[in-house]
Amino acid sequence: MSETNGNTLISLQDLKVHYRLGGGLFTEAKIVKAVDGVSFDILRGETLGLVGESGCGKSTLGKSILRLTEPTGGKVLYHGNDLAVLSQSAMRDHRKNLQMIFQDPYASLNPRMTVGNIIGEPIRTFGLANGGSVDTKVQDLMETVGLSRRFIKRYPHEFSGGQRQRIGIARALAVDPEFIVADEPISALDVSIQAQIMNLMERLQAQKNLTYLFISHDLRAVRHLSDRVAVMYLGKIVELAGGRETYADPLMPYTIALISAVPVPDPEIEATRERIILTGDVPSPINPPFGCPFHTRCGYAIEECKQIVPSLVEIKPRHLAACIRINAEHPQIEANAAAGMGAIGEGKGISEAL
Amino acid sequence: MMAAFHMNNGTILSVKDLRTYFQTEDGVVKAVDGISFELKKGETLGIVGESGSGKSVTNLSVMRLIPEPPGKIVSGEITFDSTDVCALPLDEMRMIRGKRMAMIFQDPMTSLNPFLKISTQLMEVTQLHLGHNKKQAHAHALKMLKTVGIPDAEARLDNYPHEFSGGMRQRVMIAMALSCDPELLIADEPTTALDVTIQAQILELIKDLKSRMGTSVILITHDLGVVAGMTENIIVMYAGKVFEQAPTRELFATPANPYTKGLLKSVPDPAHEQGKELYQIPGLPPDVARLPPGCPFQERCYRVEDICRREFPPFVRINDDHHSLCHFADEVYAESIQEKAAK
Repeated sequence: MSETNGNTLISLQDLKVHYRLGGGLFTEAKIVKAVDGVSFDILRGETLGLVGESGCGKSTLGKSILRLTEPTGGKVLYHGNDLAVLSQSAMRDHRKNLQMIFQDPYASLNPRMTVGNIIGEPIRTFGLANGGSVDTKVQDLMETVGLSRRFIKRYPHEFSGGQRQRIGIARALAVDPEFIVADEPISALDVSIQAQIMNLMERLQAQKNLTYLFISHDLRAVRHLSDRVAVMYLGKIVELAGGRETYADPLMPYTIALISAVPVPDPEIEATRERIILTGDVPSPINPPFGCPFHTRCGYAIEECKQIVPSLVEIKPRHLAACIRINAEHPQIEANAAAGMGAIGEGKGISEAL
Repeated sequence: MMAAFHMNNGTILSVKDLRTYFQTEDGVVKAVDGISFELKKGETLGIVGESGSGKSVTNLSVMRLIPEPPGKIVSGEITFDSTDVCALPLDEMRMIRGKRMAMIFQDPMTSLNPFLKISTQLMEVTQLHLGHNKKQAHAHALKMLKTVGIPDAEARLDNYPHEFSGGMRQRVMIAMALSCDPELLIADEPTTALDVTIQAQILELIKDLKSRMGTSVILITHDLGVVAGMTENIIVMYAGKVFEQAPTRELFATPANPYTKGLLKSVPDPAHEQGKELYQIPGLPPDVARLPPGCPFQERCYRVEDICRREFPPFVRINDDHHSLCHFADEVYAESIQEKAAK
């Protein structure tokens, strides 16, 4: 998996975030595997979309790359350093280049600070400007994200949700980063405002050659913004491919169901199309099922799916999926199931996985 | 059910020129300002709008759930199956609400009591409205949980709301809402807080229950994808007004209002290539307390002209079922037809 070539900006290798939950004198602690062995490369200048349902670990993954949550295993390679094991002070030197935009623009801005101070703080902290030139830089940034320069003395509550998200974006841009984790940046916004923020993010990417990890449960937005899409389920990446391939030709049964569940804003299509309805909820990450994490809801699950952990492997060129019922020769699960094929893909059995 | 005998040729709900205003520190907020629509028996009507458009207030008005003060239905008629809802004393309204009209909300936790087992909450409804005794109510509660697809329903009856996942909680609320076989179900953003695979389950459930029980449904949402597959007719609301009203297919194919057009175009289409700039409606949703004279959408509209800044737009008839609030509705409609032909 680690084809670290010149174009890779950040490379995740078997990244893990496990939490201990409870545990006392007589009770055993439970382990929550929020992120469980994730490996992929984020390429310079691309938008990598990360989709999955709530509780799948996508936000934890985003935060652990920036060390806002401590990884418990694996590597985050960035410019020759492993961010996962850097000391806090060494990590601080990298923070200038690695920024985050949050979902809730209401919660992530200090209500007692003016916009000027919110955006100016990172500029002062990193000594990028001083004195009066800070305000000028702040106002330039405000203009860049589509806020009036006059608003510099205002407080967050005086802005609408979309404007607050612009403030959050300006703050992230203040230190001239090269990589931004955007965690559900449009979910809390009105439909007409979502388009504005997505366009802004794309324009800034082109201007400043930014690399995004775009985390969202909104598959339409992810499709629109992302060059490549990673699908996450219960702490694991189950499919990774180009944006077009993920939507036009999903291979892993969970991705197939996920994409089929997205309502299409076209009554003609909705009237005729068959939707795959998954039964049940996402299992708890406290006690994830063994084998394929998806087997409890999968219509194609066979006995082996409970015993073999599927590996994320290349099924088609640059199209990876984790499912033991498909392989490069037979990539279509529906056809394979119809032909009565069993476990044909790569995976790890119980003894190897433990 | 034999009791479902209606006289007014198939219309279950009729709202005429409804105005619901709120007194606030900023002055009077006209949250809903003169809206009219009809809902036929067995029909699903979608109400689409952004925050502050008045879509939720409309339906709280229909249920007579507007907190008064600060809110008040200042004028208009709401007729539910020949009953004048606005004229009903509150105790009679209470007998209709939950029995003949029911509502499900975005967040089930706000309408389920966290301290009571769900069996108690489900049984309460039919004991009150259908005069069930404990045994009957218990049996009915169990039947409803099974109807909405809760696995292991018998054991789950004794659970508290927090022991259910978000999707399951929404099912419990739907079970409660449908307990008395209501004629009208109002679903206010019923799937907004849910994941997409769970959303698909809940929408399928509502569709299925509707076709089995013949319930009329009002579906309030900001998601055009959701209304596309679920509704026969759609109302688009903006700043407390109905901006456009049309059969679902017609609204999507040939919108006659610039706001509707903008909304439809600003949703990313998965079939399109990545990276193309999205159409965006400029500006912000309006502050209903400070509307400009003329059309409330003027500052965000791509084809605004002088008249839009001076005069409030007329509600133009495109055909019997299709109306649009715009000075240039006919032109916008013609534009849409051309664009459709060009595709």
